[in-house]
Amino acid sequence: MTRVVIAKVWEIPPGERKIVVPFRGRAGIGVFNVAGRLYALRNICPHKRGPLCTGERTGRIAADAPPSNRDAELTVDGDGEVLRCPWHQWPFEIATGRCLVDPNLRVKTYPVRIDGNDIVVEYKEEESS
Amino acid sequence: MSTDTNTMPSGPIPVVSQATEPNGERGRPLPWAQTSAQALPTERRSAPANSVIDCDIHNEAPSLDALLPYLAEHWRDYIQESAFRGPHANDYPRGAPTSARPGSIPPDGGPAGSRLQLVQEQVLTPWGTEIGILNCSYRVQSVKQEDLAADLATAINRWQIDEWLAPEARLRGSLVVPSQTPARAAEEIQRFGDHPQYVQAILPVRSYIPYGNRFYDPLYAAAVEQDLVVGIHYGGAPGHPPTPVGWPSTYLEEHAGMAQVFQSQVISIIAEGVFDRFPHLRVALIEGGFAWMPSLMWRLDKEWKGLRSNTPWVRRSPSDYIRQHMRLTIQPLGAPPDPQYIAQTIEQLESDTMLMFATDYPHWHYDRDEEAWPVTLPEPLNANIWSENARAFYRL
Repeated sequence: MTRVVIAKVWEIPPGERKIVVPFRGRAGIGVFNVAGRLYALRNICPHKRGPLCTGERTGRIAADAPPSNRDAELTVDGDGEVLRCPWHQWPFEIATGRCLVDPNLRVKTYPVRIDGNDIVVEYKEEESS
Repeated sequence: MSTDTNTMPSGPIPVVSQATEPNGERGRPLPWAQTSAQALPTERRSAPANSVIDCDIHNEAPSLDALLPYLAEHWRDYIQESAFRGPHANDYPRGAPTSARPGSIPPDGGPAGSRLQLVQEQVLTPWGTEIGILNCSYRVQSVKQEDLAADLATAINRWQIDEWLAPEARLRGSLVVPSQTPARAAEEIQRFGDHPQYVQAILPVRSYIPYGNRFYDPLYAAAVEQDLVVGIHYGGAPGHPPTPVGWPSTYLEEHAGMAQVFQSQVISIIAEGVFDRFPHLRVALIEGGFAWMPSLMWRLDKEWKGLRSNTPWVRRSPSDYIRQHMRLTIQPLGAPPDPQYIAQTIEQLESDTMLMFATDYPHWHYDRDEEAWPVTLPEPLNANIWSENARAFYRL
């Protein structure tokens, strides 16, 4: 088991992120604070290997129905819980790594632990990416 | 004043009269035997062995006079007073060779496609057509007087029943609807939708407002209720240019460039969520070609992923909706230099149910009927294109 100290807990308040390089290669890892919960994603987009963790944060944009005689009533659910890759704007759910436009795609996620004042990510060396 | 006979004559460009050619007359050899008889392999002068459903045969009103009996007295007075000769988008310029194949202009007057007898002799019989779908291109959409547009549509739809559908059981019809006022178009669909030979409402691809817009909801709702396909067809004269970059100079540009108008409508229909609003709606793209469709599907699928938040109501990839809800007729064929490219295009569609055979009679896209569909494809794709896709889609 490899243990990487990402940051002190006060370095990543809610809504913030920290990208640590290198982490299992040059691309690094992004640790996100989503409303007090911490999540870690590999900084490689599974679509075209773009720097996913540097993308904009957004929410799940939805509509009950297409625009018709009423407006579409667009809603944004969970603002800040979705990350859009800066290369092609594909959206990924930070908590799960799931791609919202392609159910077959998922970015690699890692469990995050708080150890004293440290934010820690651990992974097994033999783990496949 | 010069009397030099070499100067350009004034007036219309003279066109060799096609009406004097004999091949439209009863008892004459089949039309393809007339056009380039020397080059013909004789063994292909019979109808195809498989069942044929022709999804694009044009029937035109010989003149506005034919519709006068179907119009209220008020409109007859109004038409006489205004010298109105009928709506006309000039989609098929009378002198252009693409507008009328040799022999299709009736000897006794009227435009190509205005005589049932010629359609029977030149299409239904030589092809052994099981079912032919008529696409009337009477452009009531260009009439700004809304009530006249609606009543002209009703008139031509009654005329189609009397002159085409009732006398010829092999034919199916397309309702002309005033789509510029969708509520009136819906009335027209409700009026005739239960006629067993009307299978479609036809809209010109050139529109005032893109067809995905909610403006058209009443029209689509009526089509779904009456179980009619909505056909989007080459042409129209809505008042804005036929290209997205302004007015072209020549008919060539408008004619060949119409494929981009079709693409604009497909993009609009998908992006605005028409098939989510009307999950049972079926749309046929007629006389727009099909070779552009694979690249459009690729591009739409790609951009839909990145711009997903723009249209969250589009729940599946655009190509899914297209394959499920849309069909395309095969004429005009892009005429690739190698006919095998057609097979490659179909492969790229990733569907063997999207294409439907059509002659586009009387428009002239090929010299010999054998060239209308110049590839032999494996079954069941072959039979699907000749007839079965249309049978399933139009519920024939």
